[in-house]
Amino acid sequence: MAEPLLSIDRLSSGYGDFQALFDLSFDLQQGEMLGLVGANGAGKTTLFRAIMGLLPRRQDMVRFRGQPIGALPTSDLATLGIAMVPEGRRLFRSLSVEENLRIAADYGRKGHWTLERIYALFPILAEKRHAPALSLSGGQQQMVAIGRALIANPDLILFDEISLGLAPIVVNEVYAAFPAILASGVGAIVVEQDIARVRKIARHLVCIREGRIVLDGVAETLTLHDLTVAYFGE
Amino acid sequence: MSEPSHPSSDWRRFIAISALVIIGLAAAPFWADRAGLRLLGEMYSLLTLALLWNLLAGYAGLLSVGQQAFVGIGGYTLFSATIFLGVSPYVAILLGIVLAALAAALFAPLLFRLEGAYFAIGSWVAAETVYLVFTMIPQLGGGAGMSLPAAVVRGIAEDRLTREFIIYWLLLAAGTGTLFGAYALLRSKVGLALTALRDNPTAAASLGIDIWRAKFWTYVGVAAAVSAVSSLIFLQKLRISPASGFSLNDWTVTIIFIVVIGGIGRLEGAIVGTAVYFLLREFLANLGPVYMIVLGTIAIITMIFARRGIWGFLEARFGWSLLPTTRLPPHEDNT
Amino acid sequence: MGAVNLIDTLIGGLLLGGLYTLFAIGLSLIFGVMRLVNIAHGDFIVLAAYIAYLVIGATGLHPLVALLVIIPIMAMIGYLLQKWVLNRTMGDDDVLPPLLVTFGLAVIIQNALLAAFTSNSMRLSAGSLQTSSLPLGSMQIGLLPLFTLAVAVILVIVLEFIFARTRVGRAFRATSDDPQIASAIGVRADHIYALAMAISFATIAIASVFLAMRSNFDPYSGPARLIYGFEAVIIGGLGSFYGTLAGGLVLGLAQSFGAQISPNMQILAGHLVFFIILALRPRGLFPKAP
Repeated sequence: MAEPLLSIDRLSSGYGDFQALFDLSFDLQQGEMLGLVGANGAGKTTLFRAIMGLLPRRQDMVRFRGQPIGALPTSDLATLGIAMVPEGRRLFRSLSVEENLRIAADYGRKGHWTLERIYALFPILAEKRHAPALSLSGGQQQMVAIGRALIANPDLILFDEISLGLAPIVVNEVYAAFPAILASGVGAIVVEQDIARVRKIARHLVCIREGRIVLDGVAETLTLHDLTVAYFGE
Repeated sequence: MSEPSHPSSDWRRFIAISALVIIGLAAAPFWADRAGLRLLGEMYSLLTLALLWNLLAGYAGLLSVGQQAFVGIGGYTLFSATIFLGVSPYVAILLGIVLAALAAALFAPLLFRLEGAYFAIGSWVAAETVYLVFTMIPQLGGGAGMSLPAAVVRGIAEDRLTREFIIYWLLLAAGTGTLFGAYALLRSKVGLALTALRDNPTAAASLGIDIWRAKFWTYVGVAAAVSAVSSLIFLQKLRISPASGFSLNDWTVTIIFIVVIGGIGRLEGAIVGTAVYFLLREFLANLGPVYMIVLGTIAIITMIFARRGIWGFLEARFGWSLLPTTRLPPHEDNT
Repeated sequence: MGAVNLIDTLIGGLLLGGLYTLFAIGLSLIFGVMRLVNIAHGDFIVLAAYIAYLVIGATGLHPLVALLVIIPIMAMIGYLLQKWVLNRTMGDDDVLPPLLVTFGLAVIIQNALLAAFTSNSMRLSAGSLQTSSLPLGSMQIGLLPLFTLAVAVILVIVLEFIFARTRVGRAFRATSDDPQIASAIGVRADHIYALAMAISFATIAIASVFLAMRSNFDPYSGPARLIYGFEAVIIGGLGSFYGTLAGGLVLGLAQSFGAQISPNMQILAGHLVFFIILALRPRGLFPKAP
């Protein structure tokens, strides 16, 4: 088997004195999509922050293409090929839509995804390119956040709760872009509250509860009952 | 690391030692010469001002670079009230307290609209404003300042020796009063609120602590106390001018360095800082500006590498605690 | 006050405001990018003036030409100051460390200058620029103050352009908005902060030369310059350089009219206007929308 794209090895981390993650271990293969599920506060966003270096972790706890990256500063990850679509979008409020994309392009890698291709993927953004980023609707802002991650041409994208606060129709629109995104061979971890939706798009599922992995397997082999038990506990 | 609990034997030992020290210091008029008394008095005044500034900045989060405004008010009110209104120095000191509190109450609503460093500079502008106003009042002697007439000074006591003793004791009382008063305050409910304010204003607000009121009364209270100490200081100096009364260097820079080096947010820090300051002054003062450069460099290094100052370092390393203001939950407290 | 005197005071105020804008612009920049206030800002202006004095003494250049040397020197000092010293105090939400470190720097600079140059006041000669004037109707407008105002306006326009239209300006704004996500995008915050400080110090260099040509300075001149710059920033409103320009002009006008009453009233009038703005429009005259 080829070397995993991302390898999490007994990752523990937390906020100051408060430990939130306990010995997490799992692998993500090249071009694979992994669904990360769990209740609120289980540690999903914390895991992303630890991967991104926004929370402390030791050097060997996170490996990207075999190399330990735990000691790298966050700002090195963009050129390495890791991008995040953060929970709550977190667009730069002083920047316009286009500027949000441009700055990610400035500091990311060159590749398939250009400004024009992002606009082709999300035509509404082309219309609103010069508008202040926060003046867009929730769904449109989500598109900007996804575009911002894509335009850096990463090998791995972390999607954190992209359906949060959006109407189902809008969520469908956003997820409609996924085939095009995945066609470029990028690996992805998708955090989603909606288990049903995650099972549809991801083969590999990992469930976290209270900072620990309680389930790690292929979606088809896991029943809804398995998932519910893992999600909420016995 | 040892627990910061307070078994009664520690307490009794602490009280015994403090009592001995205070009695010893109170008896200083009998074992120290005049220069020694003056030096001790100066230490008490700087310690008091350092404790007060610590309360403002280290607890209420109000980093004021303008406390010299209240020093000037205290000093000038003492002189003006005794000279022009003919009241006794004690009444003049009380008047100074009232005036300083008023000035603080007037400035606070405006200054509180500024945050962090902007509040600091704003407080400085306030001090400059007060300073300018005072220079423009002709009766106060303009730039040349005023002298305290002998008649007024005799209002304290007829002979010079007794006067020195009385002022010394007043300064000692101010120092110990502020130290133990601050300690009592910080262990009270109000103090808990202030500490919460310092550590996490958002959480404090969500707990219903009225942040604005807490800051306001701290600011006004400190102003009043600063004025009182200042009146005593200038009662001894017998002369005041805008430059000396409102000097940033004498009253703010020195105090800030004392607190920073000793340890912000720790009462013991003010004691340690004052001691370090006087030690340094003893050895370096004749070097002129180099002395201030050394002081400034130590303060910067402290801020970067040992943010909690000398006492904070000792506390973290050895668990020392003379005047603990952290409260433990009841079951951990041996009570 | 006669009509001519009124116009004279008005113009004098605007020209003075140009100088105050120069003091303020560096403060406004670093507060915008990294929420940092450099208490030693005024003292660095004075330091730059003394450096200019040394450079001019060694080379005989005109002060404005000497800027070609002084701007890079100050920019480098600013860059290293941020990189080696101030970046260590940032990070957590504690405002005290950067404030106290810059406060310590202010004291060090004042005393170092005192030790090196004594307390005598100094001035840089602007040559013919010092006394030239432009006729306007029945009045004469000093060329140096006019030039100062022009430079201030140009600097404001240049900085607005940098922030709004360049790659580094985008990085400044993004880092200011959200340093965490900016680093996730690949922006190195440490480097951005150091760059911002370098630009701030470049404006300090410019301000210092215009200050030194116009008035006397000594080791203790720093704090007053900080205060005028600070007042200009608050009066104008945080978030835009045009606001800072407006603040500088208003402060200059306030002081100019105050000076008509008495010399002491000049500075006091500025303080009063500052407090009035704080009372009535706490966010300043032209704050950036929230």
